[in-house]
Amino acid sequence: MTIAPSSSPFAHGTSSVTKVMLRVIYALLPAIAACVWFFGWGVIVNILIAVTTALLCEALILKLRQRPIMPYLLDGSALLTAVLLAVALPPLSPWWLTVLGVGFAIIIAKHLYGGLGYNPFNPAMVGYVVLLISFPREMSSWLSPQILSDYSLNFAATITATLNGQLPNELQLDALTMATPLDTLKSQLRLDHSISETVSSHPIFGLLGGKGWEWINGALLLGGLWLIYKRVITWHIPAAVIGTVAAIAALFYLYDAETYASPLIHTFSGATIMGAFFIATDPVTASATLRGRLLYGAGIGLLTYIIRTWGGYPDGFAFAVLLMNMVAPTIDHYYQPRVFGHKRK
Amino acid sequence: MKRRRLWKFHGGVHLPQQKTISTTMPVHAAQLPKRLVLPLHQHIGASAKAVVEVGDNVLKGELIAHASGYVSAPIHAPSSGTVVAIADHPIPHPSGLHAPCIVIETDGEERWVEARPYDDYLHMDPSHLRNLVREAGIVGLGGAGFPSYIKLNPGADKVIDTLILNGAECEPFITCDDMLMREQPEQIVEGLHILQHALRAKRCIIALEDNKPEAYTALSAAVAKSERCNIIEIVQIPTIFPAGGEKQLIKVLTGKEVPHDGLPLHIGLVIQNVATCAAIHRAINLGQPLISRYVTITGGGVSQPRNLEVLIGTPIQELLEQCGALDIEPQRLIMGGPMMGIAVHTSSAPIIKTSNCVIAATDDDLPSPQPVMPCIRCGACADACPALLLPQQLYWYARAKNLERIQEINLFDCIECGCCSHVCPSHIPLVQYFRFAKTEIWSQEREKERADLARQRHDSRLERIEREKAERAARLQKKKQALKERSAGDSSKKAAIAAAVKRAQEKKARQQTKEPSANEEDSSQ
Repeated sequence: MTIAPSSSPFAHGTSSVTKVMLRVIYALLPAIAACVWFFGWGVIVNILIAVTTALLCEALILKLRQRPIMPYLLDGSALLTAVLLAVALPPLSPWWLTVLGVGFAIIIAKHLYGGLGYNPFNPAMVGYVVLLISFPREMSSWLSPQILSDYSLNFAATITATLNGQLPNELQLDALTMATPLDTLKSQLRLDHSISETVSSHPIFGLLGGKGWEWINGALLLGGLWLIYKRVITWHIPAAVIGTVAAIAALFYLYDAETYASPLIHTFSGATIMGAFFIATDPVTASATLRGRLLYGAGIGLLTYIIRTWGGYPDGFAFAVLLMNMVAPTIDHYYQPRVFGHKRK
Repeated sequence: MKRRRLWKFHGGVHLPQQKTISTTMPVHAAQLPKRLVLPLHQHIGASAKAVVEVGDNVLKGELIAHASGYVSAPIHAPSSGTVVAIADHPIPHPSGLHAPCIVIETDGEERWVEARPYDDYLHMDPSHLRNLVREAGIVGLGGAGFPSYIKLNPGADKVIDTLILNGAECEPFITCDDMLMREQPEQIVEGLHILQHALRAKRCIIALEDNKPEAYTALSAAVAKSERCNIIEIVQIPTIFPAGGEKQLIKVLTGKEVPHDGLPLHIGLVIQNVATCAAIHRAINLGQPLISRYVTITGGGVSQPRNLEVLIGTPIQELLEQCGALDIEPQRLIMGGPMMGIAVHTSSAPIIKTSNCVIAATDDDLPSPQPVMPCIRCGACADACPALLLPQQLYWYARAKNLERIQEINLFDCIECGCCSHVCPSHIPLVQYFRFAKTEIWSQEREKERADLARQRHDSRLERIEREKAERAARLQKKKQALKERSAGDSSKKAAIAAAVKRAQEKKARQQTKEPSANEEDSSQ
């Protein structure tokens, strides 16, 4: 219940947390459609499981914390966390993987820190990293793009596979999966195959990045640009993330093209675009000042490249985001804008 | 004509204008009310002091309260009649408190005090002009109510490069300046000439937003007729709130920023509201003090929203009735605009010099805010803040009552324009938090001043006690000294006595040599 304010301002805008969150979800729709096109129904099943889990966990915790349930359930934040994590998980992941990840994200990463607005770490990324560390095998078994695969599962078969791991016609999961483009690069490099050799010989690489992935990333880019147009996010973080990844990749690529992947592969395979527009821009955990956002984005880009190139994981985006989450408050502390009528310090 | 380069200020918001509802009818004078209520404090600065008593008959335009101090303004009777009370009455103030007012019962005759127009202001000394403006009780009519004559006193060494007339009426609903510019552009241009003369300004700009084409046309025609049209420029600026704020308007027109601890004067600018300018024209050329103004009466609570020329002191209730107050209960009465205005607690409160607009707002006009959600740190507030502050950080520090840190991040540069609250997706009443913090800091400062004063008193008391003690000791010392000196002065007498004593003792001693026991006793002494 609210009463009319007794002091100005009396006029209010129509923006709301729900609208902000829903817009981000709308921006993800083209990419989800592309994901279905290239990798089958798995992503939809992931989303259904994730959203159900998220809303149940959110309601449970809100009840335990004695907070109003409906306003917070309808704010769309749990929904968004669920969708982001579901899109990041491999299609055809077992159901418990999704439930575990989303549950951890909502209960531990979000609510134990105080709920909406108070969590220092991006909940979806915390959930993702927990799964990545705990279940490396499940997390790395991506489906091969359907254009490369002889099999495709219908919706019912996808649900069955997700729920009890049973594939029709006695198929083995291995027949459907293959390593992701970045994974392939990393393992081939370990076998002393050069980048150009790998890219030209391996069927998974397409025009810009991985086959299928390049289209999904294109759709994500479209959605991200729409978010900037709608002023849900500003250009600073995405530009800084992608710019930094591409710049450093270009530098090393020019130095040695056989050992270091091209900026195009770095941008259009893996999580660069998804992370730049949808993960790193999470307002709660990011830097809030404009110049701070540039530094924050650049930090994520740098760490991502370092982890990808010299670290143990083929894609380091989630780790990079979590590491920079820790730094964000400090960045904001030092990157205050110049106040009107003051001289720049 | 070459288009003038314009600058942008950071942030701001585009608001639904809601202005056209009150511009359909021409401006008429409001009906003469039976009673006029004139608060002694209608401006920034010290309250005026009443110079009339209950029972006095006053004429229209007669001085009824004089300015008390440098920053203050006199008040004149808006109509002829009898002073029936000088007492506390509800005034339009956010506190809802009552304040001292002079109440005049009008006689309906509108008899003027003898007006003394001055037609040759061009030969008048600026200081004389200034004084006339002061005596006419003119204050900033844009809303702030700062005594205008002070702005006409830049100091001998200051060169005024540009005089800016502010016709940017950026708040929704308000149209009184718009209507004045449409209907009385000559008055504004006349007033501009006076101001330009008083300030010796090199050039003048009349600025208004591009949502007022009628006003622009009317002003252009009036300026074209004036003999000094070559130094007057009319500039249309983009419509965005708060472009009418003094500092924002200066930024848009000149690209300069008024220093945070300074005045427009410090960068060679003087800025006056268009209505103030017209009032100055009436004061000088017609000899009329400030006793009336244009007021917008609008909102869903009245059936004929419009502008009226209203005598200062007219109760709001009478204006609402003249504009067809509807039976529906307006949810609230707002004086000023919906972004920076104040809630008026009773419609018996009067129109004062700074009242530009009365909104009888229904829930459709200004819906109640939605429930507050936690801050998601989206930064929309910082993107909208025209002062380039970080409202979100101010909010956290205000909540934490960290009054030291909140001042370090420049709380006092906040102009309370409300842009941050307006765009907040979590509907957090940010401006209210900032006001709370400011009030808290002010009260702490007062507390500190009081404590300092008490400590000073205590210290000086201790000092006084010390001093008195020292003085007493000194006096005592002096006395002793004097005594000593006196006794030293009597030394011959003393010597005689001493000699006598000695002789007596010697005599005694000679006798006692024969009696050793007595000698022993003597040595033990």
